[in-house]
Amino acid sequence: MRYDVAVIGGGVIGCAIARELSRYRLRAVVIERECEVGLGTSKANSGIIHAGHHGAEGTLKGELEWRGNQMWDALADDLHFGFRRVGDLTCAFDEDQRATLRQIMEQGQRRGVPGLELWGPERLRREEPHLSHDIVEALYAPTAGVVNPYEACFMLAESAVRNGVDLALERTVRGIRRSEKGFDIDVVFGDAAAPELIKARFVVDAAGLHADAIADMVDAGGFRIRARKGEEYLLDKRLVGYVKRIVFPCPTPTSKGILVIPTYDGTLMVGPTATWAEKDDLATTAAGSAEVFAGARKLAPGISEKDCIAEFAGLRAVSDTEEFILGPSRVAGFVLAAGMQSPALTAAPAVATVVLDALRDDGLELVAKDDFEPKVPAPVRFAELSHAEQRSLVARDPAYARLVCRCEIVTEGEVRDAIERGARTLDGIKFRTRAGMGRCQGGFCTWGCMELLHERLGIPMTAVTKRGGDSWVAMERLEGAP
Amino acid sequence: MITPRPAHLQPRYDVVVVGGGPAGLAAAVGARESGAERVLVIDREPEAGGILQQCIHPGFGLHHFGEELTGPEYAQRAIVQTLEHDVDVLSSAYVLDVATDRRLKVTSRDHGVAFLDAGAVVLAMGARERTRGAIRIPGDRPAGVMTAGFAQKLVNLGGVLPGRRAVILGSGDIGLIMARRLVLEGVEVEGVYELMPHANGLNRNIVQCLHDYDIPLHLSTTVVHVHGGERVQKVTVAPVDDAYRPDLGRARDVPCDTLLVSIGLIPDNELAHRLGLRLDPVTTGPVVTSTMETTRDGVFACGNVVHIHDLVDYVSQESMLAGRGAGAYATGTPTPPDNVRLTPGENVRYCVPPTITTDREHTVYMRVSKPMAPCTLHLGDVYQRPLRYVFPGEMVTLKVRPRFLEGFHGGSLTVSIVPREEGGSA
Amino acid sequence: MSEERRDDGREAADARVDVDHHVSHYLCIGCPLGCRLEVEEEAGEIVEIRGQSCKKGEVFARQEHTDPRRVVTTTVAIDGGLWSRLPVKTAGDVPKGAVVDVCRLLHELRLEAPVTIGQVVAADVLGTGVDVVASRDMPRA
Repeated sequence: MRYDVAVIGGGVIGCAIARELSRYRLRAVVIERECEVGLGTSKANSGIIHAGHHGAEGTLKGELEWRGNQMWDALADDLHFGFRRVGDLTCAFDEDQRATLRQIMEQGQRRGVPGLELWGPERLRREEPHLSHDIVEALYAPTAGVVNPYEACFMLAESAVRNGVDLALERTVRGIRRSEKGFDIDVVFGDAAAPELIKARFVVDAAGLHADAIADMVDAGGFRIRARKGEEYLLDKRLVGYVKRIVFPCPTPTSKGILVIPTYDGTLMVGPTATWAEKDDLATTAAGSAEVFAGARKLAPGISEKDCIAEFAGLRAVSDTEEFILGPSRVAGFVLAAGMQSPALTAAPAVATVVLDALRDDGLELVAKDDFEPKVPAPVRFAELSHAEQRSLVARDPAYARLVCRCEIVTEGEVRDAIERGARTLDGIKFRTRAGMGRCQGGFCTWGCMELLHERLGIPMTAVTKRGGDSWVAMERLEGAP
Repeated sequence: MITPRPAHLQPRYDVVVVGGGPAGLAAAVGARESGAERVLVIDREPEAGGILQQCIHPGFGLHHFGEELTGPEYAQRAIVQTLEHDVDVLSSAYVLDVATDRRLKVTSRDHGVAFLDAGAVVLAMGARERTRGAIRIPGDRPAGVMTAGFAQKLVNLGGVLPGRRAVILGSGDIGLIMARRLVLEGVEVEGVYELMPHANGLNRNIVQCLHDYDIPLHLSTTVVHVHGGERVQKVTVAPVDDAYRPDLGRARDVPCDTLLVSIGLIPDNELAHRLGLRLDPVTTGPVVTSTMETTRDGVFACGNVVHIHDLVDYVSQESMLAGRGAGAYATGTPTPPDNVRLTPGENVRYCVPPTITTDREHTVYMRVSKPMAPCTLHLGDVYQRPLRYVFPGEMVTLKVRPRFLEGFHGGSLTVSIVPREEGGSA
Repeated sequence: MSEERRDDGREAADARVDVDHHVSHYLCIGCPLGCRLEVEEEAGEIVEIRGQSCKKGEVFARQEHTDPRRVVTTTVAIDGGLWSRLPVKTAGDVPKGAVVDVCRLLHELRLEAPVTIGQVVAADVLGTGVDVVASRDMPRA
């Protein structure tokens, strides 16, 4: 297969780049090793669109955080993923921290971030009654938002595909060679032995944790990516509205601290930790749990482990300099989008434009399509429709009247839609519809989702997986048992 | 057992029962018996019977039907009885909301999204299982970690197996039953691990599920780590001390591909929250009167949604009472309010119902906080009864007769259960 | 028995004093007391039963020792019904030693819906004199 551009990595960065590329008359492909986009680091991050004031002055992260922040409304409008500007609060517990708040506020104001204001204790009690009374002052930033990061990946990818970009899923890059016209990329599909060849004139390295290994394949690297793990804990939906804004402690040099995050769907999430880890270590730990709940309680004393319904961990891709490694490499035609740790999600739309500028500078002709379709059809969310809308939806298709997930109110029609739009696994359904994310953690809906995957994909129940590969859920009965 | 679909949904019912398991089915019968004309049971599964349909083992029905039945047999009896009482049963249907004026919003394949009004509502949604997230077992999140009840559904209804080699965390009856079930389907069960220093299930299940198959039971031991990228590869277990802290120095790895978690049930009280019902902090189910009415007029509750039962027979008994209460309410028959509060005292965790009257007989259900044998149950100082044994895993029932309370004019009685010396005076 | 011990009920391997004389241990299932029962046997005859708190315990011990029996429940393949498995049970208890073979036999069967509750699925299974019956109706779906 021959392409103008191959993007290696289908996380939020790769998907954002793909969508930008799809505006132009060129052939592009996203090469992703998981069975769906967004299943690596992107699905496991905090889902915060940072307000724009935290990033340090004169840094790429700082500049792109604010630029990116401003691009999310348009994206959400076109692509219908969940996004809401809830605002954030950075909390000070003593005089030194109050001084830090002022520094950050001024930094944001210089950058042009609007609406920053300092709240004293009375305002805080009124606006956020469940926050600790030990907080002496908080910096409020209305521009902060929450997004479902996996939803953003799915929709960015779907938009790119609708506009002609190819998705090469379940493909692992085994080697890249420079060729006369660009690059020869050897990929292996699933666990097949023989590699397939993808040719591309230009390559974008958005391979997250493995961006260093990918770049080293053509000697375009010279940097190292390390993994820094963050554990997050999800709390029961009875705490919806407990805290209305994203709550931060005062930041430290390495981490933004343990946060209390009202996610887009309302579920409260607490975390993340920050510990160096191996690139395949996604284990949650007792120590991490203790650290998260202690940190969360410092901000909102009423939070308890008893409310925990699920936990997960994500791995940040961290460069040696802690900065983004973004732009042309020392190899012509090979563009880097690496070291994408926080605020990379926020910056993603801006990162994509930087990558396209680098590609253009490297010789890629960018001719705008006149039939670029920026929008994707809005997915049905039964639970959010009015009675009248629900009725007419059900009249159109009774599959929307049958509930598959009762904790999150997800119908059979929505699960079918998710499969139609690319879900191949239980996690794929979960991240597109929320089925399985609720307090029963799939106890009721898993069977129904398995049946629908079996029916729509024509696979046996025993071939259904949680997230591809060897993650089967059930097996056939044993001959001659017991 | 597939119940006939109601051809139409009426806009109004005397009593609507949410949930068609044993609780809901019995409540519907109770409602009809007390004069409600139109009674509807709404259930989310394709057939009524609730969790009993997957409980294929015997042990049900000795009290309620006078013989020992399997779960499906009990379910079928209950369904037949309910249909014989001219109750409509709507399957594959889900109650999205119950408003405070008892208007229900229901979605079903057969009738789309519909609103129904109810003279009275009975909440009978049962319980859900506690999941791994509730106890935050550290480690990876591979496929192969599931609740024992979900594994039971895979095996008994789905006809598939959860894995080849399983570890079971939790020695409650569901975990023990699944240990045997898996062995009889050729799955290796490496062991059952229990955090507490004693098993939680019935001795009958210890013998017939573990001893019979040489499955070891490891007490005071828990799972401290799950390993596996895509599918479970192994779990790490470790003994715990008196404060339930794991001793990681004595941890060991157990290769397996499946971890069943059997760590308790929680009343499924989503609708109770939406209705703003007052909940009992100990049971986490709605607070009810002696007719099983919640703190909202005309809304009743029964079965596992109120408190977790061990015997389905008691669920049926309690639920018929709730149904009668709902039927009486719907037909405008006033019920005298409760006038005696039962306060849980020494060794008693809770009483359901927490209030009763002096003029009728009541069955009060309670649970103790520790095992005691022999012991004495005290109802204030108006009544006491010697008991041979009590233990937390077995609900204690007390029939309170009006004559116990003759001469009692107070408002509150403390219910306590205390050990007594063997051979001493009761 | 004043102390409530609720461990797994297994003692060390049954003690053999000599070839003709041994003591077997059982956990009584009659009630939650869970008495630890001991059956002492000599030359094939039960000489003493110990550990019980009531008559039921003694009866149980004798039965478990001489002829332990179990009710067997499992599922059988069925086509054409709502579910692909039909729950079945032995109509009475069968020798404990036959449980695994009974299951093996039942797992080879394939039924066709409709089936009625109580319908005999395997008569006099493995010559035990006990029928295996359906635990529920399974109408055609």
